[in-house]
Amino acid sequence: MSSKQFIFGVLILASVSALAVGAQQNSTLATPATKHSAAQKQAARRQDEGERVFQQNCSRCHTAPEGFSPRISGTIVRHMRVRASLSQHDEEELLHFFNP
Amino acid sequence: MTHGEVASAKFVCMLRMTLDFKPRASAYAIRFFLFALAALAIAHHGSAQDTPLISGGVGFFTTTNGGSTSYDPIVEPLLAAPIGQRVLIESRAYLLEYFTPKGGDQSGYNHLHYIGLSYLQGAYVASHHFTIVAGDYLIPFNTYNDRLSPIWIGNYQDGPLIANLSYSSSGSGLGGMLRGNAIQRSKYSIDYSYYYSTRSANEQFTASRGSGGRASLYLPEQRLEAGLSYDRLLQGTHENFYGAHAWWEPKDTAFRLRSEFARGQHAEGYWVEADYRTRAFGGLDSLIGRIEPVFRMQQTFRRDTIVSDGLPPMNTQRAEFGFDYNLPHNTRIITSYARQFSSTGNENVWETGIVYRFLFPAWKGKQQ
Repeated sequence: MSSKQFIFGVLILASVSALAVGAQQNSTLATPATKHSAAQKQAARRQDEGERVFQQNCSRCHTAPEGFSPRISGTIVRHMRVRASLSQHDEEELLHFFNP
Repeated sequence: MTHGEVASAKFVCMLRMTLDFKPRASAYAIRFFLFALAALAIAHHGSAQDTPLISGGVGFFTTTNGGSTSYDPIVEPLLAAPIGQRVLIESRAYLLEYFTPKGGDQSGYNHLHYIGLSYLQGAYVASHHFTIVAGDYLIPFNTYNDRLSPIWIGNYQDGPLIANLSYSSSGSGLGGMLRGNAIQRSKYSIDYSYYYSTRSANEQFTASRGSGGRASLYLPEQRLEAGLSYDRLLQGTHENFYGAHAWWEPKDTAFRLRSEFARGQHAEGYWVEADYRTRAFGGLDSLIGRIEPVFRMQQTFRRDTIVSDGLPPMNTQRAEFGFDYNLPHNTRIITSYARQFSSTGNENVWETGIVYRFLFPAWKGKQQ
């Protein structure tokens, strides 16, 4: 496999990626039945500062575990504070997100 | 060397890429693991939400290469214990067995086992601008080593070919690190880390003298991150290593595009990885939404004939097609097919595995 072929492959990957994202966004827009509820969810999500912190920090590397004891939520937040350099505000919001 | 021994040697090489593997004696590893447990006990005075935790992954992997299938059960436990309001003690270990066919006319399997620590560190959070880390820590050179190497996070069983291309082939340093958020605004933030590692021949904490750092810019609206890394070996022949990474994870999608480039004294390479889950058929937790196709391309180039960095001895290209499935209860099936091209011969690598992630309090703790 030559370098040109590999670069060509990278371009294909980028194209497929862009199409995939476009398809994801279009599918969200093109579903009238779910449009209203999705908008509501989106609005609620935006109001939740803790979820924003989670999405912008924790989710960058890993998906959320399906559930964990509230007794370790502070420890998880401390871990993220070290790894992602969270501010005190973000730490509090994330803790609130884990324990609404 | 028999086929089995060759396979074992290749596997150990792979482990170094995947698990930050260091050849430490099991007894010593257990001793320090117990030390981490003791740290948990010290931390018992925390508040109701600060109970020390035990997390990690249990996996069973198979790899088929050239008609030979090996089996690899593995456990990667992680301990985290907060002390007071600003300190966190954290450690990760690995326990694994590796079974490979004896080869030739012999039936049965050879097997090897490893127990060791990936890291054992203490962190003091002075502020979000300034965190002090001391101990045996994962080197933040590029992103794979300190972010994606746990088996419950990575999309593939194997790390990228350039995963260990830094001043420390083990992926860890022994000394201190400063890290934090240099600038944080609503539209962007800049993170930094700087580390210095001392030389150590201690069997538990083998390390080379070196220093380096990473700086990255993150644009939260675009969910785009780009960063640069640099480190330098400060013993023997001083060598420089350069790295760059770019991540893009568009908002409100489950698409992720990650890439890295690394250049060392004797070799360089890059990888680009994309994975995607759709929300279009009932969300991420639907039958379809749990499917996660993954694709990774990587290429390495030798700059000279000195092979001291764990990269393949010849220029290599590798394309990997993965198909992961995210089962309920933190369980994940990881499969992939890779086609590798190099002047020493092309090969197919099939991998299948399952990983369960666990996360629970170290003990009952206080009730709120």
